Amino acid sequence: MLSYILRRILIAIPTLLLVSVFVFMLQKLLPGDPALVMAGEERDPEVLAYLREQYRLNDPLIVQYFHWLWNVLQGDLGMSLRTQHPVTKLIADKLPVTIQLAVMAMFFAFLVGIPAGIISAVRKGTLIDYIANFIALSGLSIPNFWLGILLILLVSVNLGWLPASGYEPFWRDPVRSLETMIMPAFVLGTALAATLMRHTRSAMLGVLQSDYVRTARAKGLREKVVILKHSFRNAVLPIVTLSALLFGELLAGAVLTEQIFTIPGFGKLIVDAVFNRDYAVVQGVVLCVAVGFILMNLIADVLYVLLNPRMRQTL
Amino acid sequence: MSATSAIALPTRSRSRAWKKLRANRAALVGAVVVITFVLLAVLAPILPIADPATTDWGKIRLAPSAEHWLGTDEIGRDLFSRMVWGARASLLAGVVSVLIAVVIGVPFGLVAGYFGGWTDSIIARATDALLAMPFLILAIALAAFLGPSLTNAMIAIGLSAVPIFIRLTRGQVLSVKTEDYVEGARAIGLGNLAIMAVYILPNVIPPILVQATLTVATAIIAEASLSFLGLGQQPPSPSWGSMLNTAKNFLSQAPWMAIWPGAAIFLVVMGFNLMGDGLRDALDPREH
Repeated sequence: MLSYILRRILIAIPTLLLVSVFVFMLQKLLPGDPALVMAGEERDPEVLAYLREQYRLNDPLIVQYFHWLWNVLQGDLGMSLRTQHPVTKLIADKLPVTIQLAVMAMFFAFLVGIPAGIISAVRKGTLIDYIANFIALSGLSIPNFWLGILLILLVSVNLGWLPASGYEPFWRDPVRSLETMIMPAFVLGTALAATLMRHTRSAMLGVLQSDYVRTARAKGLREKVVILKHSFRNAVLPIVTLSALLFGELLAGAVLTEQIFTIPGFGKLIVDAVFNRDYAVVQGVVLCVAVGFILMNLIADVLYVLLNPRMRQTL
Repeated sequence: MSATSAIALPTRSRSRAWKKLRANRAALVGAVVVITFVLLAVLAPILPIADPATTDWGKIRLAPSAEHWLGTDEIGRDLFSRMVWGARASLLAGVVSVLIAVVIGVPFGLVAGYFGGWTDSIIARATDALLAMPFLILAIALAAFLGPSLTNAMIAIGLSAVPIFIRLTRGQVLSVKTEDYVEGARAIGLGNLAIMAVYILPNVIPPILVQATLTVATAIIAEASLSFLGLGQQPPSPSWGSMLNTAKNFLSQAPWMAIWPGAAIFLVVMGFNLMGDGLRDALDPREH
């Protein structure tokens, strides 16, 4: 098992290096002198000198990359030009907010998506199945920023039930924190719930047609036991892997959700950085998201093997 | 956007797939919705509708009426006309960005799958690295560095979708390249390029078509998202995303400003998704 994990980590290293190359090369897309573009309105010679030094702009490209990579490996993602704070600190400050949002969204998605997928598969071809499929497809097709706007219009503006924006840390005021996060988590979780529903349904349909489920039924086991114990336990494996892959979508979705509900998280950080031409922050956020995504994939692969006895035996 | 499953189509099953597609009512509804929007977008310049950029300070934020079917916006522009013209930006962005992704992704996938070895390893690692950066976040970053405009948004969305097509094509090539007819073509001395173009590519096209249809839906949402954030279509040119961005500031005074553009995105994306699902069901020999 340990050698499998080590092998997976070794495979992840070149991917991480390539991600770093892509993220570094982003700044090369800037037209003209990068220092001038990055400095924006601020043409102070000191700022320009700082930028040229920070990014080693006078050195050959390969030197610039390794210098940047060396700093990144030491946890230095550069300084935010706008706030003058280290990018690492900005990200560390915003990350808990987005993680709370993501966890709540994921919770909602699991709560709705998986049972809906199971019911839809068991009742294949019935009205319930068609309705569940239609709702799932709608969930995938609705732009989450529009769903957010509609909810604000209905729940906040018309009914006045929940606040339309703002954020309160959970540890400071749990009730207020949940009040401000329920709508954003619902908005963010909708597409995920739809994806989970469709995959659960597909995985369950495959399992329900298998011989061992037929045998379980022939033995006279109760339908509930057949579905939950014999079928779902086997269908859950691909869903584990999928959940890790959904992590990326969750972060991407958070960008828009945080923008609509004015939540000061990771997503708002990158959007504000884009408009402030704070390129170090943009690069830092993209790099962190990519590294997080690769780590989640790694965890999913390991979990997949841990949960699957047949895979464990082959290692 | 999940990669589509392995589908290789002999000619006989192609007509069966077409029959299956025509019998799928959901896919037909999707096609009708998409065709309606395409017609509106194409015919926008000759339709008898108001100029989408003409402002009228006497008609600010008017509710829907016989004169202005969908109402007017915060500077008195006709919303119906802006919706029709906005369809051009959305559909153009959806189609062009997917074309960019296909034109770059398919050849790389073909080469990786066909040659294998180091070529495959390098392309596979680069694809993994690109896939590690979520579609929208990469598109936002690229749009930020390239500068905000519809063209750059299309390039950014297209580039972000490239790895999906590399991975899909590679997988298909791996399953096709060991077929007898490919071995036969090699045995009679055909070159690699000819084998890829004549014997492999045609078998790879159906799943790519399915994925492309589904990716157009995602690309339309991505363009709307970028325009909503101010990184896509720039004012005063109409786009559904930027219309929603403005609308969110007038939710209590003019809620209709927020309803139509979102509904249009939802409908057209749903249309493409229904078509994509229908195509997949028609082309996939498995039952689900």
